[in-house]
Amino acid sequence: MSLIGRSVKRLEDRPLLTGSGRFAADITVPGMLYMRIVRSPVAFGRLAGLRIAEALAHPGAVAVWTAEDVADIPPIGFRMTLVPGLEPYRQPILADGHVRFVGEPVAAVFAADPYTAEDIADLVAPEIEPLAPCLHPAAPPREYAPGRSTEATVIAKAYGDLDAAFAGAHAVVVLELTIGRHSGVPLETRGAIAVPEADSGILRLYGAAKVPHYNRQALAAMLGLPLDRIHLHEGHVGGGFGIRGELYPEDVLTCAAVMRLGRPVKWIEDRYEHLVAANQSRGSVHRVRAAVDEHGLIVGLDDEFWFDQGAYLRTHGVVVADLTCAMLPGPYVIPAYRSVGHVRLTNKTPCGTYRAPGRFEASFVRERLVDAIADRLGLDPIVVRRRNFIAKTAMPFRREFSALGTEIVYDTGDYAGLLGKFLNRVGWETLRADVARRRQAGEMIGLGLGFFVEKSGLGPFDDVRITLGGDGAIEVITGAASVGQGVETVMAQICADGLGTGLDHIRVIHGQTDRIARGMGAFASRVTVMTGAAVTIAAAKLRDRLLAEAGRLLQTAPDRLAVIGDRVVVCDAPSGPSLDLAAIARSAGGELTADATFTAEHMTYPYGVHLAQVRIERDSCAITVERFFVGYDVGRAVNPMLVEGQIAGGAAQGIGASLLEEFVHDASGQPQSVTLADYLMPTISEIPTIEVALFEDAPTPLNPLGVKGAGEAGIAAAGAAIAAAVDDALGRPGAVRQLPITPNRLHALLAELPAEQH
Amino acid sequence: MRSKPFTLSCARATFYDRDMSDKYDITFTVNGDKRTIRVEPRRSLADALREDCGLTGTHLGCEHGVCGACTVLIDDQPVRSCLMFAVQAEGTRVRTVEGLAIGDKLHPLQQAFWDHHGLQCGFCTPGFLMLAVGILERRPDIAEPELREALSSNLCRCTGYQNILKSVLAAAAEMRK
Repeated sequence: MSLIGRSVKRLEDRPLLTGSGRFAADITVPGMLYMRIVRSPVAFGRLAGLRIAEALAHPGAVAVWTAEDVADIPPIGFRMTLVPGLEPYRQPILADGHVRFVGEPVAAVFAADPYTAEDIADLVAPEIEPLAPCLHPAAPPREYAPGRSTEATVIAKAYGDLDAAFAGAHAVVVLELTIGRHSGVPLETRGAIAVPEADSGILRLYGAAKVPHYNRQALAAMLGLPLDRIHLHEGHVGGGFGIRGELYPEDVLTCAAVMRLGRPVKWIEDRYEHLVAANQSRGSVHRVRAAVDEHGLIVGLDDEFWFDQGAYLRTHGVVVADLTCAMLPGPYVIPAYRSVGHVRLTNKTPCGTYRAPGRFEASFVRERLVDAIADRLGLDPIVVRRRNFIAKTAMPFRREFSALGTEIVYDTGDYAGLLGKFLNRVGWETLRADVARRRQAGEMIGLGLGFFVEKSGLGPFDDVRITLGGDGAIEVITGAASVGQGVETVMAQICADGLGTGLDHIRVIHGQTDRIARGMGAFASRVTVMTGAAVTIAAAKLRDRLLAEAGRLLQTAPDRLAVIGDRVVVCDAPSGPSLDLAAIARSAGGELTADATFTAEHMTYPYGVHLAQVRIERDSCAITVERFFVGYDVGRAVNPMLVEGQIAGGAAQGIGASLLEEFVHDASGQPQSVTLADYLMPTISEIPTIEVALFEDAPTPLNPLGVKGAGEAGIAAAGAAIAAAVDDALGRPGAVRQLPITPNRLHALLAELPAEQH
Repeated sequence: MRSKPFTLSCARATFYDRDMSDKYDITFTVNGDKRTIRVEPRRSLADALREDCGLTGTHLGCEHGVCGACTVLIDDQPVRSCLMFAVQAEGTRVRTVEGLAIGDKLHPLQQAFWDHHGLQCGFCTPGFLMLAVGILERRPDIAEPELREALSSNLCRCTGYQNILKSVLAAAAEMRK
C-alpha cells in the first residue's frame, strides 16, 4: 500500500516532545563569546558619533564594534527579484552616517556572558541628531540620500487595452484599501552561533534556516572566505513564515567576530529586538478600479499601490511588490490589466516576505473589488465570481507577464468546480439560512468569502542523493530546509513509496551545506513539489540499482523482483529466496547510491476558497470568528494530516492579520508594538476550529507526483473573507476598507451605520 | 534578558549595582533530583534551568511573560520561568518537559501531541505540555470551554491550536482511565 496520501505520524516529533530538540539558543560551546547589539533609539537621524569608551572600560568587554570596524564588509545583497540600481538602498551591517529605523544596529558588543554583554551594551551611547521621519508610503516621495528618492522603484505589469475597457464600461467601481503592517513573528526568535573549527579552519554557522546554501555563498563573498571554509547548519527551527533564515546583519557580525576574535560567538535575539529588527511585511495602500459590463464581467482592472518597504531593501529586493502585481488577477480572466506598485522607503523596520507575500494583499484587494462590483450591480457575489472565472478548458492559462523570474502559466485548475464542491461541502444554503435567522433575532452576524490562486514549487532545481548503507539505513540528503513543517516525514514517505520500503530506516537530511553541494532551501511552498520530485526520481533510480544487484545475486531477472519492507523478494515466489537490503548494499561494495536533480521552469498554481462566519458585539466592538472554512485543491496530498495542519496554522495567522496584528508607530516613528502584549497574536480563544476541505481534482503535470504546494493556502484569502463577513454582519457591503479590523476601526464603521441600525 | 526600551535622549543611567554580580547558592529539586547551583540574583529561573542545569527543553519565546513557551511546574503550579528569578525557586520542586517521559515511555500528553499532530515547529510545545500537565493534574475532568480558556495562556504560531486542543482532550481521557 502506497505511503503517499497517508496521514502517517511525523518522524520528527519525539525530540521535540521530550525537550531534546536543538534550537539555536540550545547550542553552547566552550569558550564562547556572546554578542549584544546596540540599536538605534530614533527612527531617523544623523549618527554624529558613538561614545564607546565607557563600554570598552568595562572589565567584561572583549570588543565593541561600530561601523568603522566593519567598513570592509559590504551590505547584504539581494537574493530575489533583481532590479538594477537598487544597491544604494541596502542596509549597512552597522549604521553608518545615518540611522533610519528604531532598532537599526549601530554597535556590537562582545563579552563572555550574555548578561554582561547587555550591561556593556547599555554603556554605549549613540549621539544622534534626529531628523523628521518619513512614515507614510503614499506621501509624496522625498530625498532618501543625496540623489536618491524614497521611491526606490516602480514595478508595473500590464496587458490588454485598458483605456478601451474603461471607455466602454457599463460601470466603473473604485476602491481605496489599506493593508496593515504585520509579520510572521515565529515563536523562536532569531539566533546565530558561529564556531571556528580548529583543525580544518572551517567556520560553521549554526542557527541557519530557509536558505542555508544561498547564505553560505553570500557570507563567503562578503567576508572574503573561500567557499570551502564556511558551512551553514540548520538545527530545529522554531517557525519560519518567510522571515527567518534570510541573511541579516547579525548573522554577518557573528561570523566576522569569529574571524577577528578567534572564538565562537553566539547571538540570540530577544523579543523586543525581533519586533523592531526582523523583517516585517504587507503594509500597503491600494487604489483600484474595475471596468465591468452589465453582467458583472470584469473587462478591465487597474490598480496602483504604495508599498511601505521600511528603511532599507533587504534580501527579498522588491519581491513583495512584484508578486502583488503578478497575483492580483487571481482566478479571473480580466482581458485588460494594469498594476503599478510604488516601492517606497520609510523610517520603519525593513520589509521582506511573510507567508503568501503579495497574495494575502492581492486577494484582499481583488475579492473586495468583486464584492463591490456585485453590490453595485445588485448581483450575488458568487455569481459574479463564476462569471469571471477562468474556465477549466482554458488551462493551461498564460498571463502575459512573469513573477519571480518565471512566466506565469496556470497549469491546471477548475475554479468553478472547486467553488461548487466547497459550497456543497460546507452546506452553504444552511449556513445562510442560519445566519439570516440569527440576524432576524437581533445578532450582528455575517458570512464572507474569498477565492484565491496560489503559486508554489518555485524552481529552478533541487538535488537529492539517496544512500542505502551496509547497515540497512537509508539516508536522503536534500538541499531543502525545514522550518517546522514536517519535511522529514514527507520526504521519507515519498522515498519509501518509491523504493517499496517502510519508513523505519529512512533518515532525511536538510539544511546542511557540508552534505550536499547545492540546495534551494524552503520558501515559496516549494519543498514537497521540488525536493519531493527529486526524491521520487532518486528513489526510482536506487530501486533499479537495488533490483539489478539483487537479480545478480539471486540469478533472477530484476523485473521479477520487488522490494517489500526491508527485503527484496521474487514476485511470483514470495515464499522463495529473498535478500535483506543491507546485504545487497554490502555486496554492492558497502553501499548503494542514487543521485537525482529535478528542474522546473514554471511554478504550479494551486487554488482555493476561504469562508468566514463572524459575529460582532456592538457594545465592545469585538469581532468573533465563529467558523472558518478553507477549500483547497492541492493536486495531490502526500500527507493530508500535515496539509491540513499547514492550512489551519496559516488560517490562524490570517485571522490574526485581519483582526489583531499590526505594527503601529507614533508620529515620531517610535514603534508601539514592541512586546507580545502590544503585538497581538491570536490565542486559542480567537481561533475556531479551522474546517478544511481538501481536494485533489487538479494534479499538476509539472512534477511526477502531481503535487502542488500547501504552505500558504491557509492565509491567502483570509483577509478578504473576514472583511466580507464583517461587511455582511454590518449589512453594509464595502464597509471594510482597512485591515486589521481593530475595535477602534470597527467602532468607526458602526458609527457610520444609518440610525435605525444602531 | 530583554533590555528596557530605548529613550530618545540616549542619556545613560550609569547605575551599576556591584551586588548584582555576587552569586548565591540555591537548592531546589528539578525533575526529582536535588540540585544546588550558584547564580547571580538577577538570573532568571529559565536561564538557570537552561544554562546551569542543562535543561534546554524549556524555551524562551518572549522573556516578558506573554508567550508561555517557558512554562514549567513549580510545586505543581504552571509558572512562567522567564518571570521568576532563580533565587525565588529556593526550596521548590520544579518540573520541566525533560521529566515527563519515563525512559522511552512518553507521558500521555506527549503521546497525544504526537498522535494528533499537536505540534509543528515544536518550539512552543514544552510550554504547552507543562501547562496542560498542570491543568489536567488539578482538573482531570475539565470541560472543553474551560480548557480552551486555560490553554489561551500560551501562544503557538504554527498549528492554529485545534490539534493542541484535540491532543489535550485525548490525553485527559487517557489519564482518567
